Amino acid sequence: MELLVSGSVPVVQKSRWLTVHALAVFAFLYLPIAVLIIYSFNGQGVGGFPPRNLTLNWYRILFQDGPIWDSVLNSLTVAVSAMAIALAFGIPAALALDRAEFPGKALFRRLVLLPLILPGIITGLSLLMLFREVNVKLSLVTIILGHGTALISVATTEVFAGLQKLNRAQEEASLDLGANYWQTFWRITVPNLKLSIIGAALLIFTLSMDEIAVSFFLIGRDNTLPLEIWGRLRRGITPEINAISTIIFVFSLAAIVLWYRLRVGGQGTSQVGAELTENTIAGCDSRV
Amino acid sequence: MFSRAYRVAITVPPLAWVTVFLLVPYLLMFCYSFWSVSESQAIVHSWNFSNYRELATKTVYWETLLRSMWIAARVTLFSLLLGYPLAYFLSFRAARRKDLYYQLVITPLWVSYLVRAYAWKTILGTDGVLNTLLQYAHLTRHPLDFLLYSPFAVVLTLTHIYTPFTLLPIYASLEHIPRNLIEASNDLGASPAQTFWRVIFPLSIPGVLAGATFAFVLSLGDFLAPLLLGGPSGIMISNIVVSLFGAAYNWPLGAAISFCMLLIVVGLLFFSERVEKKWSFS
Repeated sequence: MELLVSGSVPVVQKSRWLTVHALAVFAFLYLPIAVLIIYSFNGQGVGGFPPRNLTLNWYRILFQDGPIWDSVLNSLTVAVSAMAIALAFGIPAALALDRAEFPGKALFRRLVLLPLILPGIITGLSLLMLFREVNVKLSLVTIILGHGTALISVATTEVFAGLQKLNRAQEEASLDLGANYWQTFWRITVPNLKLSIIGAALLIFTLSMDEIAVSFFLIGRDNTLPLEIWGRLRRGITPEINAISTIIFVFSLAAIVLWYRLRVGGQGTSQVGAELTENTIAGCDSRV
Repeated sequence: MFSRAYRVAITVPPLAWVTVFLLVPYLLMFCYSFWSVSESQAIVHSWNFSNYRELATKTVYWETLLRSMWIAARVTLFSLLLGYPLAYFLSFRAARRKDLYYQLVITPLWVSYLVRAYAWKTILGTDGVLNTLLQYAHLTRHPLDFLLYSPFAVVLTLTHIYTPFTLLPIYASLEHIPRNLIEASNDLGASPAQTFWRVIFPLSIPGVLAGATFAFVLSLGDFLAPLLLGGPSGIMISNIVVSLFGAAYNWPLGAAISFCMLLIVVGLLFFSERVEKKWSFS
C-alpha cells in the first residue's frame, strides 16, 4: 500500500474532485427527502419558500384520518402475508438451485428472478389476466399472491448467497448421526442461514410495503397505503402525505439501524443490497 | 448426499408455484396478444395477428416506444455518471467510513418510490419550492413552467430513483477487484489514470452493465412518474398500456405491447449477460 503513495499528488487531486462529486450526489439524493420532511411542518402547506408558521397540524389531521390508517393496516397485512409466501417458496427454491438437478432448471432460475428486473406493470398485468381467466375477484388476497410471487426472487437470491457460504459438513454430520432431513433442515440448515433469511424477510417486507406497480392492477376495494397515497396525489398536493411519509421514513430508519445491528452482531458486512442486485443479474449461478 | 425424496421436496413446491403464478401468466399474456375485443366488449378468443399489425402500422405506438427508450437511455446515462464516481469513491477512498456511506446510499431507497416522485413534484411545480425560492432570491420574476409536466421532470425523478440501484452492482464489482492488481499496476509505473482505465474500469464493466440494465429496464417500464410529473409530452409506453387496460378497454392490444416490452427486457438481459461473461474476471 505504501507504493500507492508514489503517485500521491494526482491521487489527492482526483480525490478532491471525487469528494465534491460524492457530496453533490448525496445532496441530490437527500434533497427531496429533506423537502418532504420540512414541509410536513409547514403551516402554509406544501411549496412556498421559505417555509413559515411551523406546525404539527398536518400530523393532527393525519391521526384523525381513518382511510389512511385502514390502508396502513392493509399494507401491513399484505407485507406480512407476502413475506410468508415468498419465504415458504423462496427458501426451497434456493435449496433446489443449490442442490438438485432437474429438467428446466435453467429456465426455472431465470423465471424466479424475472420479477425483480421486469417492470412491475408486466408482472401485474399478466397476473391480472390469470385472475380474470379463472374468475378470481380482485382483493387484498390477489395483491398478496402478486407480492408473494414477485418477491420469491428476493428470498431466493438472499438465501442462495447464504448457501454458497454454508459448509455442508454440518448437514452431512447431522444426517450421518441419524437425524432425518426435516430435523436437519430445522436444526442445522435454517440456523446457519439465519442472517440471510432475516435479511430477506426485512427486504421483502419493505419492498411489499412500498410496492405499487403490481398492486395497481390487482387492487380490489381495499387500498394499500401506496395506492391510497396515489389516489390522493391525483386529486392534488396535501401536506398530510408529507406527514405520513415522514413517519414511514423514521420507521424505515429504525429498521435499518436494527438490521445493521443484527448484521454487525453476526458475521459479514451490511451490504445486502449489493449482493441482491449482483445475484439478480448473475441469476443465482453458482459458477459466479 | 441428498436423497431423492429431499430433492423432490425442495424442488416441487417452488416449481409448481412459479409455474402457476409466473409462467402461466406470462404465457397467458402471450395468448391474449393474439385475441381481440368484440363490439360488446367481450374478449374474443380467436387467434390472429391484428394487434401486432396495428402496433407495426400506427406511428403513435412507435413514437411513444422510442420516446420511452430515449427517456430511459438518458436516465441510464445520468445514473451512471452520478453512480460510478460515487461507487469508486466508496470503494477506494472512503476507507473506514465505507459502511456509513454505503448506508447513506441505500437509505433513500427505503423512502417510498411514490413519495420521492411526489417530493419532486412539490419542488418543481409553479408554486413549488424551487420556483418560490428563485423568486424569493430575485433570480426570476415569474415561475419557470418547463420544470414540471415535462420529460425533464420525468428524467430527473427517475434518475433520482435509479441512481442508487445503478451504484450497487458497480460498487460490488469494484469491491471484488483484487487490490494487489492495482498495486501491481502502480508498481509497474502506470499513472493513476492508466491504472483506472486499463485495470479498474475493465474489471468493473460487469457491474456497469448490471446497473445500466436495471436503470434502463425499470425506467422504460415506469408509468407512475410520467403520470405524476410528465404531462402530455412525457407520456411513456406503459401509460398507453395502462389506458388500454383501463378506460380504452383493449386488453389484447395492451397485452401485445406488454409482450413486446417483455421481449425487449429479456433480450437486453440476454445481451448484458453475454457481454458480462466475456468481461468477468476469472
